Amino acid sequence: MANTDTKPGTMNPVGKSVQRLDVMEKVTGAAHYTDDIPFGNALLYGRVKRSTVAHGLIKRIDVSKAKALPGVKVVVTGEDFPNLIGLYLKDKTVFARDRVRFVGEAIAAVAATSEEIAEKAIDLIEVDIEPLPAVFDAEFGASKDAPLIHPDLANYECPNFIFPVPGTNISNHFKIRKGNTEEAFKKCAVIMEKKFRVPHVQHVPIEPHIAVAQVEPDGDVTVWAASQSPFSQRSSFAKALGVSESKIRVIAGYVGGGFGCKAGVTMENVAVALASKSGGRPVKVRLTREEEFFTNFVRQGLIINLKIGCDAQGNVLAMENNQWWDGGASTEYGVNITRAGGYNSSGPFDIPNITTNAMCVYTNHPIGGAYRGFGMSELHAGIIQVMDMLAEKIGMDKVEFLKRNAIQGGDFNVTGMKMHPVGLQECIDKVAKELNFSVKEKASSPTKRRGKGIGIVWKAPSMPPNAGSSAEVRLNEDGSVTVSVGGQEIGQGTFTVMAQIAAEALGVAYEMVKIEGPVDTRYSPYEWQTVASRLTWSMGNAVRRAAEDARKNILEMVAEAWGENPANLDIKNGYVVSMKSEESISLKNIVVYGIPRPGDQGWIGGPVLGRGTFMPSYVTNLDKDTGQGARAVVHYTTGCQGIDIEIDTETGKIEIIKAVSVFDVGKAINPDLVKAQIEGGFIQGMSSAIFEEMKLVNGVMKNPSFVDYRIATTADLPRENIAMFVETAQDDGPWGARGIGEHPMTPTIGVLANAIYDAVGVRVSNPPLSAEKIYLAMLEAGVVS
Amino acid sequence: MGFHQISVKVNGNDEVVTVSSNMTLLRMLRESLALTGTKNGCAAGECGACTVMLNGEPVNSCMVLAVEVDGQEITTIEGLAKDGQLDIVQKTIIEKGGVQCGFCTPGMLISARALLNRNPHPTEEQVVEALVGNLCRCTGYSRIIESVQAAAERS
Repeated sequence: MANTDTKPGTMNPVGKSVQRLDVMEKVTGAAHYTDDIPFGNALLYGRVKRSTVAHGLIKRIDVSKAKALPGVKVVVTGEDFPNLIGLYLKDKTVFARDRVRFVGEAIAAVAATSEEIAEKAIDLIEVDIEPLPAVFDAEFGASKDAPLIHPDLANYECPNFIFPVPGTNISNHFKIRKGNTEEAFKKCAVIMEKKFRVPHVQHVPIEPHIAVAQVEPDGDVTVWAASQSPFSQRSSFAKALGVSESKIRVIAGYVGGGFGCKAGVTMENVAVALASKSGGRPVKVRLTREEEFFTNFVRQGLIINLKIGCDAQGNVLAMENNQWWDGGASTEYGVNITRAGGYNSSGPFDIPNITTNAMCVYTNHPIGGAYRGFGMSELHAGIIQVMDMLAEKIGMDKVEFLKRNAIQGGDFNVTGMKMHPVGLQECIDKVAKELNFSVKEKASSPTKRRGKGIGIVWKAPSMPPNAGSSAEVRLNEDGSVTVSVGGQEIGQGTFTVMAQIAAEALGVAYEMVKIEGPVDTRYSPYEWQTVASRLTWSMGNAVRRAAEDARKNILEMVAEAWGENPANLDIKNGYVVSMKSEESISLKNIVVYGIPRPGDQGWIGGPVLGRGTFMPSYVTNLDKDTGQGARAVVHYTTGCQGIDIEIDTETGKIEIIKAVSVFDVGKAINPDLVKAQIEGGFIQGMSSAIFEEMKLVNGVMKNPSFVDYRIATTADLPRENIAMFVETAQDDGPWGARGIGEHPMTPTIGVLANAIYDAVGVRVSNPPLSAEKIYLAMLEAGVVS
Repeated sequence: MGFHQISVKVNGNDEVVTVSSNMTLLRMLRESLALTGTKNGCAAGECGACTVMLNGEPVNSCMVLAVEVDGQEITTIEGLAKDGQLDIVQKTIIEKGGVQCGFCTPGMLISARALLNRNPHPTEEQVVEALVGNLCRCTGYSRIIESVQAAAERS
């Protein structure tokens, strides 16, 4: 509650662990998520008819029986929606048209007066599909022998930084050619080569995808959605319907977990398609948990072959890096994940000679999309292990090896970009110290083995070069502040951080600031997407500028009233104060009504409104053949993770004694929220590393439930989960801040694999690093019998 | 499909509701009584987001038929705070920073309150066990576990 009089409030909140803005709503059940919005009796319920065939030609769709079922109001198929859509590569339609490309693909949809009727109607839709040979392996898919999944690839629209290879299943081939890798390998004392397979996993937000769409009387379409990207969704809906953006309005309240899967558009288009033919009735589509697992974006699988060499002193000289990304049936988003796999392909290492081929491959698997640090968990899973193998092979201390090769400010990295200052050395030191890394510790019982692993990561926001942010700051009669943004609160705490930034920049207490919600594309300022760990940095800059703009307006108003220079005025704790005259005036009322001139001779000022925008202007494209350029990305967040484990040799089960994660966040605007991201990110990384895998057999997911696809519970936690950060300021971040949301889960697969090796001397390299897999590996290696 | 009129006490209020034979308690709470704080995460009894107290015991409301609660007492997240005062488990989860996206929070808090009602001073293992059916994808759980322990210490 904003209250200027009774509470002192938190002044200068940047750098302080203030309480989250949204907690009262969330602990009382009052917070509104999309499924909680009442729509009354007019509401129709949508369900989707899905393909049970991985690849095939649609020969016949008969919806007549479904249409005849009482209560069914709308039935739509691909015939009604021919437009190609997609965020980066326009390669998909709302519903399959001539062919299906994965099990779960939408073929038709029904809207009815109840979920039960809609479900029954779906069963009445008849579909004949003639099966085609399918692709279930990305490496095979990239070969000449593979059947083509998108024969029209050459005609698909995409931006100029995506490189499809028409006539193949490769929808993006990103290349790095830096230095002379072949020659450099000849100079290496040790070369290690290993192939890794990282399986498909699912994001598993506890809130399943949901969207409600309604056509207004004027023909405009309103969509309520659990969304990380209301603005890019607006654009996608417009393209799907063939109308302009202004005809679409997206309203997005709290999101019950996103992790990337609610960015871009997947099932939301179905609600829009149904609503476009429902005569103005709202249509709700809500995925079942089963559908959530495989019909939406998944984290795509990766096959990666890594060859890395170093000299006798432990200097890494060369890397050859071949990646086959299992993009699935559409790679509208996956092409950019592949690009990230390419321009990050060195990991956070200074390597002078690199050859990378990052290939996005169409397969008949579920569609790959963004998942928390997309590409980076998968890429680093391999790099962290091969670096560990190299250090061991040349007999060098692992921490020393990392520190010798870790990227530093001033280095020219894999794409030729000059690195900004990074605190990676400090991150490594902190992990090594906290974990007593150099000390081999005893296991707690004779049947257990103890081991430690360490690894480093980097990640840049993976986004178009011109992803923009904007913000508005308004002041109210009571001196409180309303901030409008288009970025989404998905649990990471961004609204809290934005309030801190606005309060600090303006000179009011944190408690005086509210963030306007829900985000509504009709009224909220533009934000590209809530992805890429970019909001604190990008939207934070916009909010800071908006608050500074408002501050400038206020100071000019008061300066005029007092006959002073604005430079001599300041705003402190909600008061404008003069450093010269020591006069002061409360923001209350003047920020709306202005200040009367002396002798009632008119008024000065008026309602205060500050505006701010931010868009990076310096990111350049990379050369198509070499992947080199001046500045590939805005910046990198780097970090180090170390894990101390015990393995039960009787079961293969891992117990994590201690996990330590340290990241360079530039500046922690809210230190406790930074730590919360790191802790939670570690557990998500641990869960995916140990337990998670979508078991895909001939394109069918065999484990689409929480019983068969297990995620970490309270019973699976490390004894200690330590989160720390260092602060090497980002030159264009607010107070030096850069993002941290995604990074904490990215090292965990590789670091755990290193710890397993340290404990039992067996390299179990491909996740999930399950007890069964570890036990069988120990058995095979003769560690146990 | 048949319809039934049931009487149920929800958060201390007597309610009379007409429900269909196949309606779950979860749907009754959300759709008939507008108590949308109880969340639908899987509708299969696997995630715990829909946890409510049935006569003081935590249940997955997606696994209970509305007709079964005729004459029973239900407590939902909306009923935890009393007279405008947050329950201690609500206060401590805020203090410990155990809330992120908030979608698991209502179910988590109900499980925590039910635990403390039957065992005011649980061990850490007992807290872990009581919350094992409540999935959370954001927080990594440790702050939530700490918040329940803190609540126990203070009550």
